[in-house]
Amino acid sequence: MFDALSDKLQGALGDLRGRGVLDDEAISRAMREVRLALLEADVNFGVVKDFVAQVRERARGEAVRKSLTPGQEVVKIVHEELTELLGSSDSRLAFSQRPPTTILLAGLQGSGKTTAAGKLALLLEKEGRKPALVAADLQRPAAIDQLIQLGGQAGVPVYAGERADPVKAVRDGIERAKADGRDVVILDTAGRLHVDEPLMEELAAVRREAKPTNVLLVLDAMTGQEAVNVAQAFQERIDFDGVVLTKLDGDARGGAALSVRAVTGKPVKLASLGEKLDALDWFHPDRMASRILGMGDVLTLIERAEAAIADDEKEQLEKRMLKGEFSFDDFLSSYKMLRRMGPLQGILKMIPGLGNQLEGLDQVDEGQLKRVEAIVLSMTPHERRVPHVIDASRRKRIAAGSGATVEQVNQLIEARKQMAKMMKMVGSGKMPQLPGMAAGAPTMGGGPRPSATRKASSKRKKKQAKR
Amino acid sequence: MARSWAELLGEPGAAPVPEEEGGGRFFSRLRDSLGKSRRALTGELAAATSFDPGDDADWERLEEALIAGDVGVRATAELVRRLEARGELGDLNAALAEEVTGLFGEAPVLDVAHAPAVILVVGVNGTGKTTTIGKLSARLAERGHSVVVAAADTYRAAAEEQLETWAQRAGADFVGSERGGDPAAVAYDAVEAAIARGRGVVVVDTAGRLHTQTNLMAELAKVRRVLAGRLDGAPHETLLVVDATMGQNGVQQARLFGEAVGVTGVVLTKLDGSAKGGVAIPIAYELGLPVKLVGVGEGLEDLQPFDPRDYARALVGG
Repeated sequence: MFDALSDKLQGALGDLRGRGVLDDEAISRAMREVRLALLEADVNFGVVKDFVAQVRERARGEAVRKSLTPGQEVVKIVHEELTELLGSSDSRLAFSQRPPTTILLAGLQGSGKTTAAGKLALLLEKEGRKPALVAADLQRPAAIDQLIQLGGQAGVPVYAGERADPVKAVRDGIERAKADGRDVVILDTAGRLHVDEPLMEELAAVRREAKPTNVLLVLDAMTGQEAVNVAQAFQERIDFDGVVLTKLDGDARGGAALSVRAVTGKPVKLASLGEKLDALDWFHPDRMASRILGMGDVLTLIERAEAAIADDEKEQLEKRMLKGEFSFDDFLSSYKMLRRMGPLQGILKMIPGLGNQLEGLDQVDEGQLKRVEAIVLSMTPHERRVPHVIDASRRKRIAAGSGATVEQVNQLIEARKQMAKMMKMVGSGKMPQLPGMAAGAPTMGGGPRPSATRKASSKRKKKQAKR
Repeated sequence: MARSWAELLGEPGAAPVPEEEGGGRFFSRLRDSLGKSRRALTGELAAATSFDPGDDADWERLEEALIAGDVGVRATAELVRRLEARGELGDLNAALAEEVTGLFGEAPVLDVAHAPAVILVVGVNGTGKTTTIGKLSARLAERGHSVVVAAADTYRAAAEEQLETWAQRAGADFVGSERGGDPAAVAYDAVEAAIARGRGVVVVDTAGRLHTQTNLMAELAKVRRVLAGRLDGAPHETLLVVDATMGQNGVQQARLFGEAVGVTGVVLTKLDGSAKGGVAIPIAYELGLPVKLVGVGEGLEDLQPFDPRDYARALVGG
């Protein structure tokens, strides 16, 4: 997600990064590139104009001139402005004091409203709420069936009634949710064009009836310059509170995300990153800005790890690792933890300094990882615990058992040895240098960054909200 | 005059739709749809007549207007280059419409001259594939083709029901499967059925997928291989459905779908919003992929053959 924009921006700024002195020409050149990168990413051209002007002005300012690393300073400015553009405000939804909380989803046809409704229901359910879905999309053939199927998958009740009148469908749906003791009601409306006056009026009527706690505009991340017009039209008629950005898992450059907030002042609250029902997550503008600039996203990485790894499991592994014991059993369990965190490529991109070094590594070979697992599983428990007993004939047997070549088995045995060595070093307090860290890291290090405090606070907020 | 279905389908003796028989109506419809963009383009240019080729600011405004129409940086640069090369511009709108038409190239044909002809329809999620197939099937039936519709979208919840509804409206045969089934198998069955029943055209609906999802793209390539294995030369057309609200990502979609399944043409949908569908221009210019059909509304009659000249005129407001 945002990859192409990220590459381009990093290219534009790469030239500045190492410089000790910045002249007007260097800045102008970089700003031209930034402008091009943003336009190609479908950021609204008006927004691009303002953004570039703002960065240019700050880049010529006092702070940059006085800095020992002016290039870094400009990168920092772009990061800050980008975060500002994406919206630094809280992405949480409002929850009503008197349940049920109502969430109205609206948007163009095909933006992914119904799927987003199902995903949101699952997300809220996981956070301990009791959501229900209401079908108010009576236009599209089979929309109700789709919602019912999604509700079934998420384990959430779906209320679909009166086919002719969406306002009545919404009223009845909320009533039934109340009666069933559900505390969140998600209203899925029909897709409509923002220029279709009767349908927009119908939506406004639904909004008046439902008096929703939250109104969310569902927007396809691949939308072009049109995103701004769409958002403005919906804002005029139904005054939404935030945006759900869908289909961000492609290579869409997400210009829509950057523009909508700038033009309407409404933040992106949720982002959908995949087809699976659990692929909807809260949107963190600051983290996204970091990722666009190739600065990694450590917070999301940590959260994912926390969610994937059981505490006792982690402790046990840590203890053994610090003692320098790293058997194939440990190898296997750490590998399994990693697998639980999602696709490997996504994880690697969150590591600071690694993101932009993954070029050419577009497809991390997941098949190869499976082979590793197969090799370890072909070892006897004794071999896994005491790896040095694995001699040539055992290697042959393991290779035959796992469908790998002896050479691949050898490589794995060697890799374990190296890892055990590294663990020992970590245990004794000597931090090993990861390849690539040195090259990409300067943007992260080099003194306290203002955004560091923001990140910490947004994390606190999230923790609170989770309770 | 507008391009007729007979022309698109390569029927002998085909002629454009005369103004009085709806050609003009469709054009005005298209122009209404693109009305917003017309305002945007000419509005930005502050009355095209006052455009001064010697004034850099005027050129910049033209660039911005094109970019605001999702034409993209590269195709915009090319259009501007061609306009500059003209020297004397005369009427800017007319000149621009001509250059846009030029980037699209010749008006293409939809190849249905096989027994049966197989049309594979692909695209990312939510662009309107299923709806397009419904309308296309109805139009083909009108032109005397017997149609089999294959629901190879075995992924999306309720996709099959939606397609079946459309197939009934179009009076087409319907071949479906269970949810989660093998799309290639559905496509195969549909071709079998068409051959057995002597039907003229098979239209295969596929699940929406992002072009970056390698596994799903491989699945699509398999559908194509299986079709080719069952019937020589199939699929005869592979149409990529692109949503007019789409930005520059549309170019990338066309590129990657093209690499995976050999796209032969584009269907530009949802032109009835205020979106200009300008992304069709870089798709045609950078990848040489013709737009074959255009959708301007929900009704059956709102799917029409794409006419580059009409589109360019409506876009620019000439």
